[in-house]
Amino acid sequence: MCLSIPGKVLAIRGDKADVSIQGNLVEVSLQLVEDVKVNDYVLVHVGFALEKINDSEATEMLKVLKELKNFT
Amino acid sequence: MKYITEFRNKDDVQKLAKAIGTYNGRPVQYMEVCGGHTMSIQRFGIPSMLPESIRLISGPGCPVCVTSTGFIDQAIALSRQTDTIIATYGDLIRVPGSNSSLENERGKGADIRIVLSSLAAIQMAIDNQDKKVIFLGIGFETTAPATAVAIQEAHRQSLENFYVLSAHKIMPPAMDSLLSGDINLDGFIAPGHVSAITGSKIYEPLVEKYQTPVVISGFEPLDILYSVWMLINQTQNNTPGVEIQYKRVVNEGGNTKALELMDEIFEPEDDWWRGLGVLPNSGLGIRTQYRAHDAKQWLPKNMELPKEPVGCICGDILKGLRSPSECRLFGKACHPGNPVGACMVSNEGACQAYYLYGNG
Repeated sequence: MCLSIPGKVLAIRGDKADVSIQGNLVEVSLQLVEDVKVNDYVLVHVGFALEKINDSEATEMLKVLKELKNFT
Repeated sequence: MKYITEFRNKDDVQKLAKAIGTYNGRPVQYMEVCGGHTMSIQRFGIPSMLPESIRLISGPGCPVCVTSTGFIDQAIALSRQTDTIIATYGDLIRVPGSNSSLENERGKGADIRIVLSSLAAIQMAIDNQDKKVIFLGIGFETTAPATAVAIQEAHRQSLENFYVLSAHKIMPPAMDSLLSGDINLDGFIAPGHVSAITGSKIYEPLVEKYQTPVVISGFEPLDILYSVWMLINQTQNNTPGVEIQYKRVVNEGGNTKALELMDEIFEPEDDWWRGLGVLPNSGLGIRTQYRAHDAKQWLPKNMELPKEPVGCICGDILKGLRSPSECRLFGKACHPGNPVGACMVSNEGACQAYYLYGNG
């Protein structure tokens, strides 16, 4: 039910956006988010963008994982 | 695929699992309280990657599963009224009520339509002004804002034929109820998409009250494994707190716009959860100023008390007290093709996840 999928914003028309989700073009409402721009990635849930995806945090997480040490 | 495949990298998963495997502390039991996590954990075989001393259990994180049989009965009663269209997310359609399901009622001629968005229900109301359109609002904080938008739209457009039957719920009271109950929990894998809306701060009172570690997790294998890693660290160092693993989506304050809208439309009310019973202020009712769009006004006066399916232990499973394999119906009388209880109906329910991925 809380399933939400990342998608890339391809175009914005008022409070709606065309979002590419795994290759499918989906119309998504932007009524719950602010400052979304074309090329941003958003998290899509029941036809709404819930939040913008923060790329630098995603990159940071992957970096942390690469540097992980065992419990000692 | 951006933000998906990177977090499924096999080498990184194996390395992280190996690191977690070096844990040599006391046995711990962590609960995920999101059906999406339950599904991911089973789908990616996470339990098989963990040492025996780390156990993951499912909690009340599947909205369809915790929704009361009484709510389904109400939706069915409404669907039998003349000139009424029921608009619902597909998740609810097969959930058994006391004597029937929405799917059965549709087969008998009721006008029950599946929508992918609350805004599709609004359009349905615009296109069918001679009928009542009743949208079934289920889901946690992730989904409630979409319903709030629909009610606000209906109000703005003076759409007098649009109504919502709300069973929306919020997560912290359920977590509080579990921690005050019989089950021994060493931490929560907290719901990532609920938290995208609420922010991480909603869990702070729980940590203060119970000293239980909380890590807000994403849904890919690396997210979940790293969240387990973070929980173990909190347990070992005895530093319970609220941490965010899923920082690419979740922050401390949440989505202010969505939270303000939810507060405008909804107010807290006591609500019934399967397995947990009535929890104070755990549901979202529609505020008085938007009552014109509350479908409760159309409910029959004398509804019969709901009946739960005989033999189904969905309630205990939602509390983490028993696992699906302990149910005598599991995989026999109850399977995804013929679900007896809500935990087998939903694709986020623990029973269906365990059944599909062979971990019963």
